[in-house]
Amino acid sequence: MTPAATVTFCLRLLRRQLVLGLRRPVELGNPLLFFAMVVALFPLGLGPAPDTLAAFAPGILWIVALLSNLLTSDAVFRSDLEDGSLEQLLLAPQPLYFSALAYVLAHWLLTGLLLGLASPLFALMLGLAPGAIPALAASLLLGTAVLSLIGGIGAALTVGLKRGGMLISLLILPFYMPVLIFGSGAVQAALNGNPAGPFLAILGALLCMSIALAPMAIAAGLRISVDT
Amino acid sequence: MWTLFHKFGSPPWLYRLSGSILRWLLPITLLALVGGAVWGVLFTAPDFRQGNSYRIIYIHVPAAVVALAGYYVMAIAGAVSLIWRMKMADIAMRACAPIGAALTFVALVTGSIWGKPTWGTWWVWDARITSMLILLFLYLGVVALYEAYENKALAAKACAILSLVGTVNIPIIYKSVDWWYSLHQPASIKFTGGSTIDPSMLYPLLFMITAFYCLFTCALLLNMRVEILQREQRTAWVRALANKGAAG
Amino acid sequence: MYFNSLAAALQMDGHGAFVWSAYFITIGVVAMMVYAPRRREQRFLRQLEGQIRRSEGGNPPGASKEV
Repeated sequence: MTPAATVTFCLRLLRRQLVLGLRRPVELGNPLLFFAMVVALFPLGLGPAPDTLAAFAPGILWIVALLSNLLTSDAVFRSDLEDGSLEQLLLAPQPLYFSALAYVLAHWLLTGLLLGLASPLFALMLGLAPGAIPALAASLLLGTAVLSLIGGIGAALTVGLKRGGMLISLLILPFYMPVLIFGSGAVQAALNGNPAGPFLAILGALLCMSIALAPMAIAAGLRISVDT
Repeated sequence: MWTLFHKFGSPPWLYRLSGSILRWLLPITLLALVGGAVWGVLFTAPDFRQGNSYRIIYIHVPAAVVALAGYYVMAIAGAVSLIWRMKMADIAMRACAPIGAALTFVALVTGSIWGKPTWGTWWVWDARITSMLILLFLYLGVVALYEAYENKALAAKACAILSLVGTVNIPIIYKSVDWWYSLHQPASIKFTGGSTIDPSMLYPLLFMITAFYCLFTCALLLNMRVEILQREQRTAWVRALANKGAAG
Repeated sequence: MYFNSLAAALQMDGHGAFVWSAYFITIGVVAMMVYAPRRREQRFLRQLEGQIRRSEGGNPPGASKEV
């Protein structure tokens, strides 16, 4: 297998996933809608005082982004397992590592990227200071990529199970915690007038590490799940 | 070396070996636990800052240490079962999870009981407590994943992958939680960290840590025995054992 | 022995309730850790023994000869 062939194969896989996603625009909007709704829950639960909301905004926005990523992770491989194309993929000569990466990248483009781009809107709704918004968007863009990779591991391990929905959150939420800490830390730092750069650098390091390791775990998980 | 390796792969051999180990290790462990606890609770001087409440250290720290080590044992067993496909390794991995969860639970509960007289609250979102809580979640995740699979051989493989992912993540989680705590540390709570521990307190503590390691080993072997029997229930030696048990 | 009397050991200057409850909870968990697998093993062996006896009872060795 030449490297060039692997690249074209993965690009085709990526394009296929994106086309499948874009064909259902309503489903594409679901994570964003979820994000908006949960954001709306916080003023109802905490009270509408702008100061309180603004103080909690970094944490709230990050937790909601994390949850909406979690909910979409479950479906990354499910339809492909059901129609058998996942089995075909495992039989293909291309290394599963890169195929897994293509799946995760498609998932991130369809959820994390949109979420990151839409996050300034929700930040304004919660009264986050405008100065912290670039840090929020940047940390979400980097952080959701890590979340998608970790979520991919959980999805690969549970896709063969009938009742995977709740289980996947139990498996991967602990691994989400460092991302949450540094992501909301970046926003908090920007809010306090400190540079957010170091936090973004750590998120970038986490991203590099998960790009290197997570696809291996995803590939191993998929091999198990196809067996069931 | 290789013959030993193959012997470890043989269920009846391991079952018998674990029986003969447990026959002496289990009583010794229980005695050591009781002895160490009595030593720590009744025969040491109180801490000059925390008074007598510090005596919880003799169960809290060993439980926490062994709970963390248990995760690594589980991950190593998982790696062995993935690489060499050793049946006994995934039985060991499966047996680690509930024991580790129980020890983490002990560490959390005793820590929170210790926190009440020391800090004035039952629960503080302190770095170490939070990390232990996350460790408990990791253990329970492995148990939940194992139970969700119908096919236990696949369940073991899935859990092995999950525990390896966890091993990579535990240092990151610990460091990030540590850092997070140093950022938010409230000024009202002071920790006695950094102070050196007196030998008269250190020796019973080390003794208890050793005893807890033995306890972990005992519980691991006990759980493995049940798992071996359940997996091998169709074989002649298990059936013979069942018949003998009925006769005797 | 650090404490002068049993009452002092139980009391521990007001910290006794915390220390002793921590130890008792630990004793409970440790007892469960040791006892539960042993009981499961016994129960499993008994179950298997019953299973074997039932399958033999349904097909006693002498039955096939008489037919």
